[in-house]
Amino acid sequence: MAMSESQVTGNFSRSFNSLVDWIDARFPMTKLIKEHATEYYASKNFNFWYGFGVLATFVLILQIVTGIFLTMNYKPSAAEAFASVEYIMRDVEWGWLLRYLHSTGASAFFIVVYLHMFRGMMYGSYKKPRELVWLIGMAIYLCMMAEGFFGYLLPWGNMSYWGAQVIVSLFGALPVIGEGLSEWIRGDFYISDITLNRFFAFHVIAVPIMLLLLVVVHIMALHEVGSNNPDGIEIKEHKDASGKPLDGVAFHPYHTSKDLVIIAVFLILFSAVVFFAPGMGGYFLEYANFEPANQLQTPEHIAPVWYFTPFYAMLRAFPSKLGGVALMGLAVLLPIFLPWLDRCRVKSIRYRGWIYRFALAVFAVSFLVLGYLGLQPATGGYVMAARVFTILYLAFFILMPWYTSIEQPKPVPTRVTK
Amino acid sequence: MMFRMIVLVLGLATAASAIAQHAVGDGTMLEPVNNDVSDVASLQRGAKYFVNYCLGCHSAQYIRYERIGEDLGLTGDQLAENLMFTGDSVFDPMGNAMRAADAVRWFGVAPPDLSLIARSRDTDYLYNFLRGFYADESTPTGANNLWLANTAMPNVFWELQGVRRLVAEEHDPAAAPTPPHFEIVRPGALGVAEFDAVVRDIVNFLDYIGEPMQLERRALGIRVIAFLLIFLVISYMLKREIWKDVH
Amino acid sequence: MSDNADLERRHFLIAATALTGGVGIAVASVPFVVSFQPSARARALGAPVEVDISNVEPGAYIKVEWRGRAVMIVNRTQAMLDKLPSMDAVLADPSSAASVQPEYADNEYRSRRPGLLVVEGVCTHLGCVPIPRFDVAPADLGADWVGGFYCPCHGSKFDLAGRVFSGVPAPTNLTVPPYSFINDTTVLIGAETGTA
Repeated sequence: MAMSESQVTGNFSRSFNSLVDWIDARFPMTKLIKEHATEYYASKNFNFWYGFGVLATFVLILQIVTGIFLTMNYKPSAAEAFASVEYIMRDVEWGWLLRYLHSTGASAFFIVVYLHMFRGMMYGSYKKPRELVWLIGMAIYLCMMAEGFFGYLLPWGNMSYWGAQVIVSLFGALPVIGEGLSEWIRGDFYISDITLNRFFAFHVIAVPIMLLLLVVVHIMALHEVGSNNPDGIEIKEHKDASGKPLDGVAFHPYHTSKDLVIIAVFLILFSAVVFFAPGMGGYFLEYANFEPANQLQTPEHIAPVWYFTPFYAMLRAFPSKLGGVALMGLAVLLPIFLPWLDRCRVKSIRYRGWIYRFALAVFAVSFLVLGYLGLQPATGGYVMAARVFTILYLAFFILMPWYTSIEQPKPVPTRVTK
Repeated sequence: MMFRMIVLVLGLATAASAIAQHAVGDGTMLEPVNNDVSDVASLQRGAKYFVNYCLGCHSAQYIRYERIGEDLGLTGDQLAENLMFTGDSVFDPMGNAMRAADAVRWFGVAPPDLSLIARSRDTDYLYNFLRGFYADESTPTGANNLWLANTAMPNVFWELQGVRRLVAEEHDPAAAPTPPHFEIVRPGALGVAEFDAVVRDIVNFLDYIGEPMQLERRALGIRVIAFLLIFLVISYMLKREIWKDVH
Repeated sequence: MSDNADLERRHFLIAATALTGGVGIAVASVPFVVSFQPSARARALGAPVEVDISNVEPGAYIKVEWRGRAVMIVNRTQAMLDKLPSMDAVLADPSSAASVQPEYADNEYRSRRPGLLVVEGVCTHLGCVPIPRFDVAPADLGADWVGGFYCPCHGSKFDLAGRVFSGVPAPTNLTVPPYSFINDTTVLIGAETGTA
């Protein structure tokens, strides 16, 4: 007996529904989908600054997938690493694309995350009740720095080698434990095959697992309190009769469809780099790294990769080795305390006083200028400039309890604006 | 306001770094090479010169003859007759004839592998370096170079470029650097423009072996971005449609 | 809310996005999947091997490696060749219908030239390397043994053309790889580009 089309469709959706029921009885699938997508309400007035979170997740997945395929062909030994990267570039089918995706992805990850963090600083996303979201985010950032540092040694180019040498010797600056600590990190008296192998283990397994866990926890913490928005007001304070925030729209399909567009735009810019300028003039793939590691010859200008240069500039700005390390450490760690340094109740920069706006601008400019200075030789006027901007950067945080308590914010609206 | 400040700072920084382009060697600027990696004839000539003038001492261990044949349109026989003097099989990489231990004894340093030289050094630098030799009796090889003082590399091009000696000149250190002057000791087989073309072909070939897939990469990039633009338009239309309910 | 025309437009756009996105993802996965293919280095290492056979005495063999596998080259005497037709009764596949060989080896001698056998030394049971046993009627193989290959792992037996005996674990005759002669004293294993 032939069934009508609607009967066939009806049968199919009945079977599908019973499959869903079967799973739901054993795993909270529908509950999770509702809580985190179809009934998770986020503000309707997100601007492009709110796209960097999904982009960061996208790039993380891209790095893991390309990383897995690179690991299939890479050899983590001092004797073979450099050649294995060229093997990937030339002999492995599509290997060049995998390599460029991963190297560009690393830089893209930092660009996206820096902008994501800056969004938080503009809109007060670190303030109560989202302090924990911010703290977990800072942990992610620290893991990313470690991941980038470990990953950079792997090609075993000359810049890889000497960059690692410089950074590990920073630990040597610590009093008493310094030398022993450096040796313990290296596993040898100098950066060697042993160091390379353990950095490989960190880069490929240990830190990625940490990152994935932290990202999951980061999103869970966010969803627990709800997302912020460019106006910095809590949309949960105004709900309709059914308990849905008046200014919120469901994550799916509203924010998912918007995020798809953001991802498309990102992919266009990303592809432009991957296919037309993967080396980015020596900023994404350093020239010196196309020479194998040479323990007897340091490159003319050692600089870390661009995303570490602001901190590198601070490190070199002051003559004392320990002092430079301490200042650099302070610069990386101070942002952790933002939720408590910032005394103003108003979240979003749209309604804050001019003092904070000015201070944030100074901070942003300092970060960028320090980044530029980190790429220059540490001589003459560059050193003086680095000192000035390091002080400005640190002052942004250290003086914050003072200038945010005297700041005069504007009245904050009760409902979100455009 | 903040945006404009950031853009201003970035713009100034870029301009500053462009102006501070440091010149190497004797203070004159690098002449651009303007090579074209899609010019297969140039690459073929470059390959021939490379094998004749460079592979005696240098290796190019990351590029296989087979790859060169494919990309430059050369058959196995053409490869064997014209290029393959050190490799046995077409699948072999371009090895060199000299052992590293011998090289260190003779030159003080092993000649570096050239597979990636165009990526670790600028192609403009290579173009100028290879044309920058002049006679200098004080060095072990009898030659020196404008762009790398006391280089251990001998002047392999003396037959083509000729032998020339640097003319010592009174030069005011405070004034702007001037290009050096040479006296011709022995003329070469090629004129200046012809010799420049030979070196350009070699540098072009070095550019190619540094990244053999670069043409394919750019061609694919155009198609990828075109597709992504289409996807962007469609997904944006979808977004607008879904967001009609809001506002 | 939205009326029917809007709903149609919405469905159309969802379908269009899903389709374009799907095509994008499918095309984007190609490099990843294809990167698994043997790389240029694998192809280089798997390149054809030239073998000098000028020193192989009649009745003797040499073993060379090609693509990680053992290849036996046997200089067969006329006496060895004469025994081949009488083997049919004890063989599982005397005409090589089920086994792998190039068309120039699809004959009674399973080779280009009768005097030279080129065969992969890989037992078609589970991959061990069979031992060439050209001695006649040895104690361990019995009075009927006229020469061939004996696999030590599970006792499979093959004749002097690499054809498998019936009643042994191996299912098919030994594989003949592609090969050709560059000249009378040089065999090229793995390519058919020699002169004959």
